Amino acid sequence: MVRENKKYFPIFETQQDLVYLDSAASALRPKAVIDKEKEYYEEYPVNIHRGVYRLAERAGEEYEFARKKLAEFIKAKIPEEIVWTRNATEAINLAAGTWGEKYVKNGDEIALTIMEHHANLVPWQQLAIRKGAKLKYLDINEEGKPEMNQKNWNKWISKKTKIAAITQASNVLGTINDVKAMIQLIKQINPRVKVLVDGAQAVPRMKVDVDDMGADFYAATGHKMYGPNGVGWLWARKELLEEMPPYQTGGGMIEEVKKYQTIFAGLPDKFEAGTVNIPGVLGLGAAVKFLNGLGMTNIRKHEIEINRYALKRLKEIRGLKVLGSGEPEERTGIYSFWVDGVHPHDLAQILSGENIAVRAGHHCAQPLHDRLGLVATTRASIGVYTSRADVDKLINGIDKAIKLLRG
Amino acid sequence: MDLYRELLLDHYKNPRNFGKLKTGKGTAFESNPSCGDKIGVAIKVNKKGEIGKISFWGEGCVVSMAAASMLTEEVMKRKKLENIKKINEETVLEMLGGKKNVPPARFRCALLGFNTLRSALMTGLVLVKEHPH
Ligand SMILES: Cc1ncc(COP(=O)(O)O)c(C=O)c1O
Repeated sequence: MVRENKKYFPIFETQQDLVYLDSAASALRPKAVIDKEKEYYEEYPVNIHRGVYRLAERAGEEYEFARKKLAEFIKAKIPEEIVWTRNATEAINLAAGTWGEKYVKNGDEIALTIMEHHANLVPWQQLAIRKGAKLKYLDINEEGKPEMNQKNWNKWISKKTKIAAITQASNVLGTINDVKAMIQLIKQINPRVKVLVDGAQAVPRMKVDVDDMGADFYAATGHKMYGPNGVGWLWARKELLEEMPPYQTGGGMIEEVKKYQTIFAGLPDKFEAGTVNIPGVLGLGAAVKFLNGLGMTNIRKHEIEINRYALKRLKEIRGLKVLGSGEPEERTGIYSFWVDGVHPHDLAQILSGENIAVRAGHHCAQPLHDRLGLVATTRASIGVYTSRADVDKLINGIDKAIKLLRG
Repeated sequence: MDLYRELLLDHYKNPRNFGKLKTGKGTAFESNPSCGDKIGVAIKVNKKGEIGKISFWGEGCVVSMAAASMLTEEVMKRKKLENIKKINEETVLEMLGGKKNVPPARFRCALLGFNTLRSALMTGLVLVKEHPH
């Protein structure tokens, strides 16, 4: 199945021996996505919004069709609950900058987990600074899972909590959070808390049902879900989007403009000011189709299979420790690890010499690394194209680095 | 590209002038928050106003550690402050085999020791000024 999956990705035609283990940073892109962007530029490369000529109509239809496809994919009730953004970071900034700006007040609380990516941390931290609100972090346990005991939770969520922002899948630990259970617990303690779920790493790896999980906001990004760069999205419940002020103002998001006042457009235009990334959105629609074609159940099955093999092989290396759960079924194929006596930068560099792409550093999660007492780790993260042979090459590369640097 | 050459690995495994020299003012300590590498440098100015002793300590990757180690040797070779002040980023990269050998992503590693040395020299030079021989 996996050998077959490599064939969808043109990069493997020219780089047959590439071992790409940085999918958590950006996934490789299948031909279908590249072709869709090309189709736009070659066949109807025009602006949308009230174009009456045929090409503009076509572009507009494709644009809204992608929204509909994504809505179905994540089980949103209506397509208008999806707002296109540049990436997950902008989606979270949009929520913090509009809903947060309007409702979070001095003395309120914002709840985060210690495993958040900077994208789901800094916007809330800065909002808290602006508003005089307080940040509360939920800690993790030995297995890299959120602390789930009552006492901690009663400290974490209170009557003053306005919003909780939690990730569905950690970009470092491999942890998959049971966000549905977490949201239920949060709302049991305080039903008025809104919850934003960062789905950047979850969407490409597992079935997502935003409605069933009980989220209020859900953010994700195109380039990690095999889609284009420069496009991401925020899903939010219609009532919330309606009561939120616009994020940016200008063309495309208005109903009527007078010299001294403006009536804003309804959903979804209200949050999409200016000329949007049309080819990006179309490419993202193609990515959704691609994921549907493989089937999210199969994708997850493949991930667990690689987890089982990779965790076993990594454990065989003396002095190597993988963060997060050791259970293949409980985690994603994102393995951050350290190796005694081998600095992550050196390891990544030596692996690069073998045409193996991994990442070294804090992976945009410095508070998490502080919490773990680590400054940097090496991270290998798999995609739908990853095979056991790729894992073998990784293991050999690590062995080589150890031989070179230890002793 | 051959970053992990024998020479570098040798400096990494057997760092020269490694340790914490006790000096009054001529010390500096800097770190690279993105990877956690930390390097301290201490210099001792002798009566002639030259660098009499230098040491470095800390932890980091092969590139940052080996570069710092080589740098301390270079400083001891040059001795005179006016010659040491001529050491620049190019000099450091040359020691590592030149720009073609060091990928841009590793420049910060390569230059951590150099930046720390400059800071140490600054405080050390103040020392020289305050106590003219
Ligand atoms: C968990 C998580 N959230 C958010 C982001 C931000 O994604 P983007 O850089 O596309 O905005 C990332 C990307 O690294 C991530 O891993």
